[in-house]
Formats: sequence, C-alpha cells, structure tokens
Amino acid sequence: MALRTLAVCAIVCFAAGLSVASFASFREFLPGLLQGALVTIEITIGGCVLAVLVAVPAALAKMYGPRPVRWLAVGYIEIFRGTSALVQLFWLFFVLPHFGILLEPLTVAILALGLNVGAYGAEVVRGAVSAVPRGQWEATVALNMPRTLALRRIILPQALVAMIPPWGNLFIELLKATALVSLITITDLAFKAQQMNQITFKTLQIFTIVLVFYLAISTVITAGMRALENWAARGLARGRQ
Amino acid sequence: MSDKANGPMVRFEKVTKRYGALTVLDALDLEIAPNEKVSIIGPSGSGKTTVLRMLMTLERINDGVIHVDGEPLTHMQKGGGLVPADERHLRRVRGKIGMVFQHFNLFPHMSALKNCIEAPVNVLDLPRKEAEARAAELLDMVGLGDKKGHFPSQLSGGQQQRVAIARALAMRPKVMLFDEVTSALDPELVGEVLNVIRRLGTEHNLTMLMVTHQMGFAREFSDRVCFFYGGRICEQGTPDELFGSPRQERTKQFLSAVLEAG
Repeated sequence: MALRTLAVCAIVCFAAGLSVASFASFREFLPGLLQGALVTIEITIGGCVLAVLVAVPAALAKMYGPRPVRWLAVGYIEIFRGTSALVQLFWLFFVLPHFGILLEPLTVAILALGLNVGAYGAEVVRGAVSAVPRGQWEATVALNMPRTLALRRIILPQALVAMIPPWGNLFIELLKATALVSLITITDLAFKAQQMNQITFKTLQIFTIVLVFYLAISTVITAGMRALENWAARGLARGRQ
Repeated sequence: MSDKANGPMVRFEKVTKRYGALTVLDALDLEIAPNEKVSIIGPSGSGKTTVLRMLMTLERINDGVIHVDGEPLTHMQKGGGLVPADERHLRRVRGKIGMVFQHFNLFPHMSALKNCIEAPVNVLDLPRKEAEARAAELLDMVGLGDKKGHFPSQLSGGQQQRVAIARALAMRPKVMLFDEVTSALDPELVGEVLNVIRRLGTEHNLTMLMVTHQMGFAREFSDRVCFFYGGRICEQGTPDELFGSPRQERTKQFLSAVLEAG
C-alpha cells in the first residue's frame, strides 16, 4: 500500500519536474542539470554501497572482535562520526597527496561519504543486532552452533528487518551530503546549478529544477527501502497477525 | 576419572555460581545416572534454572567442575591438570546436551522443518536429505507431521514447544534439559507437551533433567526429585519419598504452598 503511494509520489515528482522544465525558460537548463544529477546519483550509489560494506564488519568487529580489532572498529566509528564530512572530504583530497596518495576526485567523494555514513551505519547495525532477543543466541548455543554460523544464519537475518528503515534515512543523508563534493572540483548537481546561475542569473528556474531532482532521487531511495523492508519482513512476519 | 560405562552421565562437583555478592549455587554436588529422569523443584531464586543453564554452558561457573559422560565439560586436561575449557572443547562436549527453553526460542524466520535441520546440516554436517528425513520423523513423533512448513508465528505455544523439542532431539543429545517448558503455556496446552516428554522418557535412551512447576508430572515421571532451596539441594529422593513423606521443614512448607495453589 505504502509502496504504491511512494511510487505515485515519485511519478508525480518526475512529472512535475518535466512540466516545470517544459516551460521554454526551464528547458534550456535541463541537459546540463541532468548531467550534474547523473554525477550526484553515481556518488550516492557508490557511497551507499561502500557504507553498507563497511558498516556491517565494523559493527560486528566492535561487538564480537578480539580486543585490537574492536579498538580499530571503535576508532573508525568515532573518527568518522565525530568529525565533519566536509573536513573528511578535504583531508582525503588535500592531505593524502602529501603522503603520496593521489586519488581521483570521484573516488575521494565516494570514499569520504561512504566511510562517513558507514560509521553511522555501524551503530545502526549494532543496535539491530543487539535487539535480537537473547533467547535466540541461547538457542544457537544449545544447538552447538559456532558463533559465526549463529550470526550469519540466525541473528543477522532477524536484525536485517530492524535496520532497513534507519538505513533509508542514512542513504538520504548521504544523497544530500553529495552537495559538498563540488568543493573538491566535482561537477555534481549542486555545482552545475551554481555554475549556470552565475552565468544566467535564472535562479528561480535553475534551483527549482534542482529541488525537484533531489526530491525525485530521495523518493526513489525511500520507495526502494520500503520494498526491501517488505521483502525482508515477509519471512519473519508470516502468519503474524 | 569415573568409568565411562558405569559412571554418572552428569556430575556436578562442588559447583559454585555467584552473581556479584549473591551466591546462587553453593558448592553443589549432584550426580545423574545414564537414562535417569531427574526433576528439580523449589521456590524461585533457589538456583534451579541456573543448574540447567550452567550445564548448557549458557552461564560460566565460578568454582568446581561439571562432568558430562565421563569427561569434564567446563574444564579440559592439559599438562596433567584441569584448565578452563576452550571453545573447541566446550563445543565437543556440549554436543551431548540438548535444551528446551521456557519461551521456546524457535527461529522465527524458519519453518518448523528448517528449525529442525539447520543445526544438523550446518553443525553435524549431515546431508540435507538425511537431516530432512530425520526432522520429519521427529516432527511426526511430536504430532506435528502436518505442520512442517509452518512458521513459528503460525503455531500455538504448545505446538511451538513441541517443535523446539524435535529441534533439540535432531542433534541426537544424550542429555536433555527442560527448563520450565510448560510455564509459558496456556493451561489447556500443557498436556500435549507433557505427553511428548512422557513418550521421550519411555521410547528413547535419554538422561533427562527438568526444572518444573508441574508437581503431578514430576511425581509420576521422575526417578528422582531434588528440592532446591537457597542454592543447595535441601532434600532429594524418589517422588514417593519426597512428595509422600518429606523430612525437611522447608520441603513441607514448599509442597503445601504449591499444592494449595495448584
């Protein structure tokens, strides 16, 4: 039900975007802004994937790892949660070259935003795993399962459902944070808009389109996460009234 | 070391469990013979459930040694002495023990059948076909042959508890622990679970240790009943001795209080 509402929302947003842009004065900005939007989408997807890939091991390391590994995970989480994404971006882009590490701007963008959101994501994963009732762990001990097997087959699948909605929030945060990457020479949606605005001064048209674009992308994320949540909950909630 | 063939299946040797300043079990000595059915009764806080949880290695012990089937569970031989067991040793000895919990603890994301084959396939490395056949047999035995594909949330409490019993049996334990397995059930569902346990007692070679509030069942089913009070066995004996002519004042008080309530 909710999924359909969201799908309708996305279509309406898209249609609104198109109709707004179909005014002649809007239309001239579309191709350039679409180009920027593609870059934004690229960084968002890359960042989201990296965030998940980092968050799960970081959370598990923090919870169950041997002491040095746990410290490493805690260090990562606290550093990336406790400093601003902008500073992380700058650090990777301007400081790493001093150590002889030169990365592509796009790589830096994905790395910084992915690691930043991954640190928050690690806490989301940790919370969801801790929320699985203790009795589930005890059952795995009684069945003599090794801990890794218990995590993989019993605990994580149950935690998954609880962690999807907060991940949706984080992904949208990440999308919005991509606007920072213009500061390291990447021509994303926000930067493209500023560029065009400085040349044409058509602020109303340009930033209205940008607004609609961001909204459309975040709506797609929300709808996707809702679908994922329904899928994951199906096994758990079967027959539950 | 005790003779494996004739020695006790389970032996607690001066086992002590403390939570901070509170001593839950105080130098407990308890032997259970192979195939013996022992019930543990007593007021809440007397340490009865802790006995089972320590045997299942869900709780660490602070002092003493627990032996299972002739070898130490909580410790292992090393350099001529006993040292605390490592994970590998624990897993090897723990495999002889199965447990059924008060709140079933079934895996909610798996069907009844999957609940019963998950550990046999992944822990015992049984071929899936064989594990499925065995699980189906066990589910038949607990009267749920027609519910294999059902998820826990689609089953009543009594049915869930019977799946939990089948799941524990699928690991072929020598010792089965039952921790207040009917306490979370509606009264009308208690009988079906007790019937399954009754059948297990007669048809399987199992050592059974149960914490229970079902005095009638304990009396009829057990070979021996232990009355716990304040972290110690206050009195033990055959059901007839303990229920028929208790010697200790505490036992008399407890029994009269329970029988009045029941």
